[in-house]
Amino acid sequence: MNAERVIEISSLNKSFGDFQVLTNVDLNVSLGERIVICGPSGSGKSTLIRCVNGLEQYDSGSISVDGISLSAPGGVERVRAEVGMVFQQFNLFPHLTVIENLTLGPMKARGLTRKAADALAMEYLERVRIPEQAGKRPRELSGGQQQRVAIARSLCMKPKIMLFDEPTSALDPEMISEVLDVMVELAQDGMTMLVVTHEMGFARKVADRMVFMDSGEIVETGTPADVFEAPKTERFKAFLEKILQH
Amino acid sequence: MTRVFRFWMLLGACLFVAGCSGDGTWGWYVIDPTTSQGQSNVRFLIGGFWATIQLSLIAALMSMTLGLLVALPGMSTNRWVRLPSRVYIEFVRAIPLLPMLFWVFYGLPVVMRSLGFPITIDAFWGAIITLAISDSAFTAEIYRSGIQSIPKGQTEAARTVGLTYNQTMRYVILPQAIRRILPPLANQFIYIVKMSAFASVIGMQELTRRANELVVTEYRPLEIYSLLILEYLVLVLIISFFVRWLERKMGADESR
Repeated sequence: MNAERVIEISSLNKSFGDFQVLTNVDLNVSLGERIVICGPSGSGKSTLIRCVNGLEQYDSGSISVDGISLSAPGGVERVRAEVGMVFQQFNLFPHLTVIENLTLGPMKARGLTRKAADALAMEYLERVRIPEQAGKRPRELSGGQQQRVAIARSLCMKPKIMLFDEPTSALDPEMISEVLDVMVELAQDGMTMLVVTHEMGFARKVADRMVFMDSGEIVETGTPADVFEAPKTERFKAFLEKILQH
Repeated sequence: MTRVFRFWMLLGACLFVAGCSGDGTWGWYVIDPTTSQGQSNVRFLIGGFWATIQLSLIAALMSMTLGLLVALPGMSTNRWVRLPSRVYIEFVRAIPLLPMLFWVFYGLPVVMRSLGFPITIDAFWGAIITLAISDSAFTAEIYRSGIQSIPKGQTEAARTVGLTYNQTMRYVILPQAIRRILPPLANQFIYIVKMSAFASVIGMQELTRRANELVVTEYRPLEIYSLLILEYLVLVLIISFFVRWLERKMGADESR
C-alpha cells in the first residue's frame, strides 16, 4: 500500500520490571487502514495500543503518529489530539450526563461553546443511535449503550485514528453486536482503526490486516482471508483453534 | 443510635434519682437551675460552648486547607516531591496532642523570637495551631485515599479526550472524589471537638476549663463532670447527625 503512513512503530521495547511485555515490535499503519490485533492474554496487545497514545511509556524504540514523534516535547499531547480511544471498561464519567460526557473534551480542550458542543454531541449520539439517552447518567444505560457513548465521546474530538482496547470484552453477549455494528460503520466511513479484539467475525468483515501477537512479539500478520485459511505459524494456529472451537 | 440514646437516658435518670436521694453523697443542687446559685453555675458552664465551637471550627478549616496542601504533592509520581509529604504525615501523626500543645504554647514563641519574629501566642491560637497541625496529617490521608479511590481509567479517558492534568483533576477526578472525602472529613471534625478539651490545660476558657474551675470552688466533681460530658454529647450528636445526612446526600448523588 502506498497510502500515507499515519502510524510508524519501530523496534519498540517495553518491560514491567523483569517481565518483557513488548519485544522489538514494528508496525506501520496507513491512512484508512483497519488493523485487528489478536493474541492470548498477556501477549502485549493492549500495551502496544496504549503506547500509541502515550498511556504507557516504552523503554526503547520509536512511535510517531501523523508525523509527530511521541518522544518530542509536547508530542504526547499533540498525538492525543489526533487519536481517540475506546476502553474495555468504557470509562465514562459517572458524575456527568451522557451529553456532558461528550461535550467535556470539545469545550475544555477545544474551546467550543456549549451550544456548538451540544450540537456536535447530538450529531454523534445520532450516529451511535442513542440520542434519546442524552440526559441520562451512564449507570442508567446498558453496557452496550455505554460503550456506544464512549465511542461517540471519542469521535467528538474528530480523531484521525481510533484505538479500541477490547471494546466488547466487558459486554453481555447480546450487546456485542450493537457495538460492533457501530464500529463496522465507522470502518466503512474510512476511519483508521487499531482494534484489539477476539471477535473474529468482526475481523473477517472489516480488517485489512490481522496482527497476531504472542509473548510481546508480532508473530504473524496478513489479510484475514490468508491468515484464517492458512495460518503460517503453529502458535497462531493453536490460538485460532482455541478461540474458534465454540 | 436509639440504643445509645436509651442508655444515656437511663444513666441520666439513675444519676438524677441517686442525686436526689439526699443521703449526702450526691449534690445535684450545684447545677439545679431552679436555685439562683445552680442557675449561675449552669450558665457559667454552658458559657464555654462558644469557645469550644470557635476553637474546633477554625482548627478544622485550617486542618482541611493544610491537609490538601500536604496531600497533593503526596500523590506525585516523583518520589522527591512525595517525600516531604510522607515525612510530615508520619512525623505529625506520631506526636501526642498534649506534648505538642505544650511545645506550641511555651516553645514556639521562643523559636519564633530567635528567628526574628517576635510573636505572642495566646491560649486560643496555641490550641488552634496545635489542633490544626495534629489533625492535618489525618485529613491529608483522607484526601489521598479519596482521590486515589477514583479508578485510573477516569484519568486515562479524560487525557484521551484532550484534557490537561489540571482540567482532569478539576472536571473529572475531584467532583467524584469529593463525595468520598466529605463524609470522613466531617467525621474527623468530631475528633477535633473532643480533642479541643486539651486546650483547658493551657488556660483556654472552653467547656472543660470552666468545669474544672467550678469543681475547684464547689467540690462537686461528679455532678459537674456529668454535665460536662452531656455538653460534649450534645455537640457530637449534632455533628454526627450532620455527617449522616451528608453521607446519605453524597451516596444518593453518586447513585443518581
